[in-house]
Amino acid sequence: MRVLAALSGGVDSAVAAARAREAGHEVTAVHLALSADPDTERAGARGCCSRSDARDARRVADVLAIPFYVWDLAERFQAEVVADFLAGYAAGRTPNPCLRCNERIKFTAVLDRALALGFDAVCTGHYARLVEVGGRRELHRGVDPGKDQSYVLAVCTSEQLAAAMFPLGGSRKPDVRIEAAERGLGVADKPDSHDICFIPDGDTAGWLRDRLGTRPGPILDETGALVGQHQGTHTFTVGQRRGLGLSRPAADGRPRYVLQVRPESNTVRVAPLPDLAVSVVHTGAPVWLCEPAPTRAFAAEVQLRAHADPLAARVSLGEVGLRIELDHPSTAVAPGQAAVLYQGSRVLASATVTGSER
Amino acid sequence: MTYLDHAATTPMLPEARAAMAAQQAEVGNPSSLHASGRRARKVVEESREHIARALGARPGQVVFTAGGTEADNLAVKGLYWARRGADPRRRRVVVSSVEHHAVLDSARWLAEGQGADLELLPVDRLGRVAPSTLRDLLSECGDEVALVSVMWANNEIGTVQPIAELADIAHAHGVVLHTDAVQALGSLPVDFAGSGVDAMSVSAHKIGGPVGVGALLLGRGIEPTPVHHGGGQERDVRSGTLDVAGIAGFAAACEVSVTTRAQRAAHLAQLRERFVAGVGQLSAGLPQRISVNGDPQPGPTHRLPGIVHLSFPGCEGDTLLMLLDAAGVECSTGSACSAGVPEPSHVLLATGADRRTALSSLRFSFGHTSTASDVDTTLAALGAVLDRARRAGALSLGATARGPAPVGE
Repeated sequence: MRVLAALSGGVDSAVAAARAREAGHEVTAVHLALSADPDTERAGARGCCSRSDARDARRVADVLAIPFYVWDLAERFQAEVVADFLAGYAAGRTPNPCLRCNERIKFTAVLDRALALGFDAVCTGHYARLVEVGGRRELHRGVDPGKDQSYVLAVCTSEQLAAAMFPLGGSRKPDVRIEAAERGLGVADKPDSHDICFIPDGDTAGWLRDRLGTRPGPILDETGALVGQHQGTHTFTVGQRRGLGLSRPAADGRPRYVLQVRPESNTVRVAPLPDLAVSVVHTGAPVWLCEPAPTRAFAAEVQLRAHADPLAARVSLGEVGLRIELDHPSTAVAPGQAAVLYQGSRVLASATVTGSER
Repeated sequence: MTYLDHAATTPMLPEARAAMAAQQAEVGNPSSLHASGRRARKVVEESREHIARALGARPGQVVFTAGGTEADNLAVKGLYWARRGADPRRRRVVVSSVEHHAVLDSARWLAEGQGADLELLPVDRLGRVAPSTLRDLLSECGDEVALVSVMWANNEIGTVQPIAELADIAHAHGVVLHTDAVQALGSLPVDFAGSGVDAMSVSAHKIGGPVGVGALLLGRGIEPTPVHHGGGQERDVRSGTLDVAGIAGFAAACEVSVTTRAQRAAHLAQLRERFVAGVGQLSAGLPQRISVNGDPQPGPTHRLPGIVHLSFPGCEGDTLLMLLDAAGVECSTGSACSAGVPEPSHVLLATGADRRTALSSLRFSFGHTSTASDVDTTLAALGAVLDRARRAGALSLGATARGPAPVGE
């Protein structure tokens, strides 16, 4: 196959491209320039889009002896990922930009262009497995539980996944690093990326304040009492405990968490942890990765955040979205996050959380 | 492999390789006083004489540098500092808007931190500076200008500037003129004395010599303030141990490329004609025609013989380059930032093209090893990939915009 390998400049995509090549595919590498300001060098953590990452990616392609190009997707990334992230927080939601980037950049903008150019597949360093079952493709968790990225890929449709290639799904990260070193790839010991690539210093709240401004308002507790001031609802996430700056401790001395973010009334509600427990999660329209899509209620596990544990649940179909009843209540369910349904390691569907009930 | 990127660098001539290899086997610093040093010095000075003769200059006017970029930096910064030092009113630096970045960014650097005022000379649709533009500017503020720098021929679209005329105008106002002749040398008749310019940059690797060697030619009494300080080589203008092997290779390439220039230019012009005709045929079947940028008229006062710069409406230049590369045809989009992101050519933008047209462009440059079959292979490859490039372009471009004159008009 003619394979387009996305090289971020990190170790995972490098080994993925190397494996695709070794499997006999004709591999061409592209580095996606996503940052409006490629001169930003990130201290410590790795970005997706700095100038030094582009250099590292180019060097990987040299070592693998594959052609290398840079695709400028900065405008598209800004419009579809960064703007979506800002709009989400402004509306009191908690968006996941990595998921959005996979959906709209890697497996739409890049994939569409690759297919138009005559490539058969796009290869990335994601830790997830594509399993062929009876001529159909299933998306499964990567075997490394600490690195599994099926959650941020679950938003992709079957059509998108049909042209995807994830050579690392069956590997564990330490083995990938060893393999990178054995292959002579200089990025073998490059640190993992953890935070959001377009927020170089990791200060998400500060980044949001710089762009959405400040709009002071009240922080109210579960009784409706004023317990503090916030500088804008857009820097809060449901379930957040730190950085609330509450002026009054709770009567019972228990820590309090963000219960609700209400931009329309410019209010943040806090409560002790038990009050955050929800039993029912509502979502928007699902993307089904199983065929045929279920027509009746069914049992599944649901994951409500990246790296969260899956929770046993019963899923029923609403008019548009899903109603997910959790077998045991869970805390910190934030609107805007994805609810991904699993059956064992297999992804069944994903949908965006729109609300919850206690 | 079809290599059509000779304006980036061209294969070394056998004469240059032989001359270099001979010197690489020897030891000797031309500044040393012993026999080995004298031997090395002899090679350098003979090379200087050969280069001077080939370029219409006197040997004492040739200052060796580590390439064209260094020569441009030394000319622009050095002449600015020297002229301004002699007369503090002279703080304006006048450069054309289509200069190579070595000149443009040196001038910008002077404006950003050295107290210079940058004046960009506009160009017409073909990329040419009108002499009247310079005349008007210098009539207004000639006594405030430190230097004028206008390239002999453009490296992207090939347009030749009226250098002698611009030099006359500069001199009438007591202003010095530098020209970057890196692309002109070997393709056009370049006569330093005859052109009347005060300073001229040349580079070895564009004419079949080695990378990393060049020269700045300086007219009588033109003394730029040094950029490099050290051992005082090259009359204190450019310190640094001279690269004997590189200079010998440069001299050999210079002699060959200048003596064979006329035949080669004729050959390149034929290849270009064949290519442009083929592009016209490809273009006829397209909804929007491929346009040829720069001066359509041939001849050494109009354009470089071996450069074809094309805009492909509805396509992205970097996409086309990738598809052609996969098909074994090598060309160039012009410029990319250091992260590798394709950027619209400042040259095309200066000619009035919009950003989208600028990003849809490719440069094909022929050289001494190019053949008619290179042209045919490239045309066949272009024909095979255009459709895919247009489909990919439609995904990210949407509607396409106006470009320069289409082929055949």
